[in-house]
Amino acid sequence: MADVTAHITGTVWKITCQVGQAVAAGETVVILESMKMEMPVEALDGGTVREIRCQESQAVNEGDVLVVLG
Amino acid sequence: MFRKLLIANRGEISRRIGQVARSMGLSTVAVYSDADEKLPFVREADEAVRIGPPPPKDSYLSIPALVEAARRTGADAVHPGYGFLSENAELARACAEAGLIWVGPPAEAMARMKDKSQARRIVQAAGVPVVPGTEAVVPDLEACLREADRIGYPVLCKAAGGGGGIGMAAAGGPAELEKVFRQCSDRARAAFGREGVYLEKYFPRPRHIEVQVLGDHHGHLIHVLERECSIQRRHQKVVEEAPSPLFQGGAHPELHAALLEAAVKAARAFGYANAGTVEFLYSDGAVHFIEMNARLQVEHPVTELTTGLDLIGWQLRIAAGEPLAVRQEDVRRSGAAIELRVYAEDPVRFFPSPGTITVWRPPSGEGVRLDAGYEQGSVVTPHYDPLLAKLIVSGRDREEAIARSKAALDAFAVEGIKTNLPLHRRIVSDPAFARGALDTRFLEEHARP
Repeated sequence: MADVTAHITGTVWKITCQVGQAVAAGETVVILESMKMEMPVEALDGGTVREIRCQESQAVNEGDVLVVLG
Repeated sequence: MFRKLLIANRGEISRRIGQVARSMGLSTVAVYSDADEKLPFVREADEAVRIGPPPPKDSYLSIPALVEAARRTGADAVHPGYGFLSENAELARACAEAGLIWVGPPAEAMARMKDKSQARRIVQAAGVPVVPGTEAVVPDLEACLREADRIGYPVLCKAAGGGGGIGMAAAGGPAELEKVFRQCSDRARAAFGREGVYLEKYFPRPRHIEVQVLGDHHGHLIHVLERECSIQRRHQKVVEEAPSPLFQGGAHPELHAALLEAAVKAARAFGYANAGTVEFLYSDGAVHFIEMNARLQVEHPVTELTTGLDLIGWQLRIAAGEPLAVRQEDVRRSGAAIELRVYAEDPVRFFPSPGTITVWRPPSGEGVRLDAGYEQGSVVTPHYDPLLAKLIVSGRDREEAIARSKAALDAFAVEGIKTNLPLHRRIVSDPAFARGALDTRFLEEHARP
């Protein structure tokens, strides 16, 4: 199961999923903010949220794991 | 004239204001956050003051930090640039209380136009045509749905206190409006600290046309003609030009005259002074006021290059109390100019692309001006907007400006980060662009890779 990673460098604006929640492929799990733009991060595959590895307002780099799906 | 100017901004506009001010014999103070310490605008200023860490709220949006920087350096005037606190009446008042000259409109005029519903009422009373919409902030979903029925779908939902496309979305019907209302309300609360939205008629394919105005503190106010800014992505401008192709070759003379007159009426109704911009949407043969921006506009250079007026220079002289020595009949346009905003972003999906600029080779040539905030070796951080530079190209006419833009874009090389230069190359080569057939959906249908 693919983890959901940040596709851009920026700040976590909002976490839109909860641990234990089932998400579908293409569903937004986190919204990042970078350069004054909101960028939704979507799950590539469906799954259940096992772990959330970021917090709101946290700075993240491209490639960082934000959410672990299982 | 004052002696020392503090520039409460960053990047290309801080650099540009500094250049103009120093050319007038003023001393300049730059302010910077930790993220910007090595950028050219800091180095080129006569003095530079660190005002805080990278997040804007702790640095460029901190009124106490800015006022303290002015006090510490003995600055006697503050230019806010655009964005950040440029339209914040509280900073204007804080400057006045600290004995600093504010390079901008009177705080009362700023307060009058900041609330968009109030701004609508004021200009409507002055006889300026407005976009059909709600007269006041709509507090809840029920009222929102009722108002939308009255205006007629599609409607545009905007967060109270918003701007620059943040917290703004269109809805084609009630179900969509319900979703959009919640998004915009959330955004208004998070970003602007106040609830509520307002609604207006959504024009599916408008042109965005705006009029530059300039007024002094002695009651003299003029327009400095229009700019077309229809090419946008995410409600933010990408390409601007003067004149608007809609009026090319003297087309639609009556509408043109009505547009300019409406801009002057709106600015007068606000009690405006200094440089400002009145924004309109054009649709189906008519123009509608959307808002007035109480600041220097990003795209002001296309007006400078086609009228010969130095807008920043006039801002400084007007702020110092000098009369505006330009009469309306002196404002004449010569040639055409196009501004291409070079953003640090993916040229197809428009994703932000922060990073280090490893190669920066800007173009030069006849009619080419580059207002850049970065240089080779600069680090572009995710903290601020993605504008790297403005490539502004002028010519005898639009055709020549386009031809020169193509050559300048081909010569412009940036490596290390993604930029939208490939998008600009596609835009200036697009047949619809060449015809001047522009609207705000242009990028959805044209200049595709």
